[in-house]
Amino acid sequence: MSPGTQYTPYHPKWYRSRMSVWWWLQNRSYVYFVLRELTSVFVGLCALLLLWHLRALVQGPEAHAHFLAQMRRPFFVALNGVGLLFILFHTITWFNLTPKAMVVRLGGKRVPDWTIAGLHYIAWVLLSVAVAVVLLRG
Amino acid sequence: MPPSVTLAVTRYRPEQESEPSLQTYEVPFRKDWVVLDALNYIKDNLDGSLSFRWSCRMGVCGSCGMMVNGSPKLTCAAFLSDFLPGPVRVEPLQHFPVIRDLVGDITDFMQKLKRVKPWIIREQEKPLVEGEYLQTPDQLEMYKQFSMCINCMLCYSACPVYGLEQSFIGPAVIALAQRYNLDSRDEAARERLEILSEHDGMWQCTFVGECSKVCPKNVDPAGAIQQLKLVGAVDWFKFLLPWGTR
Amino acid sequence: MALVHDVLIIGGGGAGLRAAIAAAELNPRLDIAVVSKVYPMRSHTVSAEGGAAAVIKPGDSLDAHAYDTISGGDWLSDQDAVEAFVREAPAEMLQLEHWGCPWSREPDGHVAVRPFGGMKLERTWFATDKTGFHMLHALFQTTLKYDTIRRYDEWFVTKILVDEGRCQGVVALEVATGKVQAIFAKAVVLCTGGCGKVFPYTTNANIKNGDGMALAYGAGAPLKDMEFVQYHPTGLPFTGILITEATRSEGGWLLNKDGYRYLQDYDLGKPEPKPVFRSMELGPRDRLSQAFVKEQEKGRTLVGPYGHYVHLDIRHLGQKVIDKKLPFVRELCLKYENIDPVKEMIPVRPVVHYMMGGIHTDIHGATSLAGLFAAGEVACVSINGANRLGSNSLTELLVFGARAGTAAAAFASRQRKPSPSVLAQAQDEEWRLGERFLRKTGGTEKVAGLRTEMQKTMEESAGIYRTASVLEEAARKLRELQERFHDVSLEDRTYTFNTELIAVLELSYMLDVAEAIVHSALQRRESRGSHQRTDYPKRDDTQFLAHSLATRGENGSPRIEYLPVTITRWPPAQRVYGR
Repeated sequence: MSPGTQYTPYHPKWYRSRMSVWWWLQNRSYVYFVLRELTSVFVGLCALLLLWHLRALVQGPEAHAHFLAQMRRPFFVALNGVGLLFILFHTITWFNLTPKAMVVRLGGKRVPDWTIAGLHYIAWVLLSVAVAVVLLRG
Repeated sequence: MPPSVTLAVTRYRPEQESEPSLQTYEVPFRKDWVVLDALNYIKDNLDGSLSFRWSCRMGVCGSCGMMVNGSPKLTCAAFLSDFLPGPVRVEPLQHFPVIRDLVGDITDFMQKLKRVKPWIIREQEKPLVEGEYLQTPDQLEMYKQFSMCINCMLCYSACPVYGLEQSFIGPAVIALAQRYNLDSRDEAARERLEILSEHDGMWQCTFVGECSKVCPKNVDPAGAIQQLKLVGAVDWFKFLLPWGTR
Repeated sequence: MALVHDVLIIGGGGAGLRAAIAAAELNPRLDIAVVSKVYPMRSHTVSAEGGAAAVIKPGDSLDAHAYDTISGGDWLSDQDAVEAFVREAPAEMLQLEHWGCPWSREPDGHVAVRPFGGMKLERTWFATDKTGFHMLHALFQTTLKYDTIRRYDEWFVTKILVDEGRCQGVVALEVATGKVQAIFAKAVVLCTGGCGKVFPYTTNANIKNGDGMALAYGAGAPLKDMEFVQYHPTGLPFTGILITEATRSEGGWLLNKDGYRYLQDYDLGKPEPKPVFRSMELGPRDRLSQAFVKEQEKGRTLVGPYGHYVHLDIRHLGQKVIDKKLPFVRELCLKYENIDPVKEMIPVRPVVHYMMGGIHTDIHGATSLAGLFAAGEVACVSINGANRLGSNSLTELLVFGARAGTAAAAFASRQRKPSPSVLAQAQDEEWRLGERFLRKTGGTEKVAGLRTEMQKTMEESAGIYRTASVLEEAARKLRELQERFHDVSLEDRTYTFNTELIAVLELSYMLDVAEAIVHSALQRRESRGSHQRTDYPKRDDTQFLAHSLATRGENGSPRIEYLPVTITRWPPAQRVYGR
């Protein structure tokens, strides 16, 4: 770099605007992105609830009944309901974006994105069915 | 079709002002005019002091990137009719220091580009008398998309990570690194992966994905970054494997 | 602090970057700098689409490429230069492939070639239909490898420094800050491209103003063959955007308003369903553009809001071929004409595209001023003669860019440092720019107004067909515009990124170049290649088998002299296409 061009990025007269804290409200894509990132909070909460449930189970039938009573309270029903929506959103966005990272080539041609995503959905449905069968039978 | 349309254009004369401001101009409306044609009309007929970059006006040189109504666009490819009834707001590409009016400073990108060594690196060069490196159309297809980058920097304007953290190496540079990584003639993918795994490299990306949305050439830099992240992550686990298989 | 380099290259396009690499490879101890008024990726090389020619197929030969080039140039090409060019072309193209250029390939992995206008055999290498773009980016990214190559991005050269009969460097304006500085160098290579913007309808970008040509002209180096302006037969109306010759080489047809392939009426062969080398739509560009004008005179062209045009039909190629071989053409038509070439015909007309003429150089890229070299469209060696064949120009960037870079590096290695007494010239230049433009008061002329008048004059006088009376009037008008230029006033008097100042300097270059074109055209009383005189319709080898040399005269207007063409193995013959 010549002496002339070296200093220009730091030139005092060039105007630098600060990004606003509300940058993510600028357009729909950004709002969508922030909501997607927020799903991690609900994934975390879900994990905590699961741990609490396990602890209640370990402690015995009384503790477990107490836990289930708590879960029937409106607050937890609402939390779980909203949480379910966010987790579904998390899953769907994750599956839809996976093909971007996972490029599979068969015979020189790239496997289309919907195939990769589709396979994820199918696997998810199959696993969910398996878990449901196990839970509902017992 | 209206006879004219209003443009609100950023003006910034650093010798006279401390901050940019918007100035409005009334420009005739033509069905086949792009925003760039309107800017040239202003410069030739209304206000010769308006400064902006442009060159090829066919979407291949990458000079004329600006924010049009808040979205990064190539002004030579943005038809005025898409922004009716107006006013059409034209501002310099965001996340870059503004030198003057609609002109931003892109030296940051130029320095970052060099860091990823965007050239063919090989242990042994084939002598010219032996002809070309053979590369099948399928091998060309592997990196072709990433080679289409015109360095217009719309992706940097769209990337909020770059806006918040200027040290982030950025989408276009990573896409160009991947272009060379996937080129069958190159042998330095590992070297570039290490450079991109540094603190301000690819791991700063949180996959907002806006870069690929605004890219006028469908380079898909977001795709390139996620692919590299996958390679980087898998690569990290290789330390678990015995020496021979690595 | 004085800026000093060994080799200074002006212009960061294909030729400039290739020259920089050549100099760096020849002598890794040389300090090389590239000065460009735009970032190198923006150089106009980026818009080239079709391809670059070099002999590679087994049935091809260097002599065949040479003959096609010489006959295409209507025998005005210097044959020693053409022989060197075709001989070095394949190696240069392979070198670029080694540097990463993504050439389109055959299924077996070898480089693919396509047919092109005026060529007897396929020898045009291509990277889909964005060859220039890929070449420029491959070259630019390769230059980043060399620590000895520095860049001055967005610095605008305003004068060449000459002292003791030698070029000593340049004076340049740093656009971002308005600072004027001298950059001294032991050798300077001009690679600033052509001057299409002298005309109103052109495929050329805004930055093609003949900067280097005017700079050399101002420093006393003559401009050669300036009257030879190439009209590309297929540009979009209004924008002038280039629709590559490859559309025709892949099999496109040119149709007039009756859907008739009119080229068959102009001694260009018989229409066949598939493209035939050197015939019909694969004829040379000058003949195709001339055919358009003749059709227009007969009233067989279509008329639209932007004038006359004809149709380019590629529908019969089918979507698969178009998307594979001509995707950029499809993209441009959809975006700028709202037309899908898969289903509709493309409106096209001839537009100014390339400048065969330029700074006179020898076959090593040296101009007549010691220490000053030139390569690429800005130079005239001449290999293109009176008409350039498509796909020779991109190869020319590589071959002569390398030659000029090597010659400049060799020259610089033998020189002393430039003398600081030249510094006074730089200070004068800074004062001149301030006085004449930034601080000047009064003045009634506007840049845009003068520019439009110049362009209109050029279109009317130096178009596809020319005649003495119109050229004389144009010469007078250009002189008048030069005078009125002294009265130009700027609205922008600031120093930071003053693009109006750049525009006015570019206008001064364009006026000089325009005068050279018109005077050269006036003096050449014959018709040859792309220079067609209605008052002298025949080619005259007895008087005009020579290059015109335009040197700046005392009053500013050029003085025209002639330099014989170098003929080695191909005596002048008739140009025959389609037979």
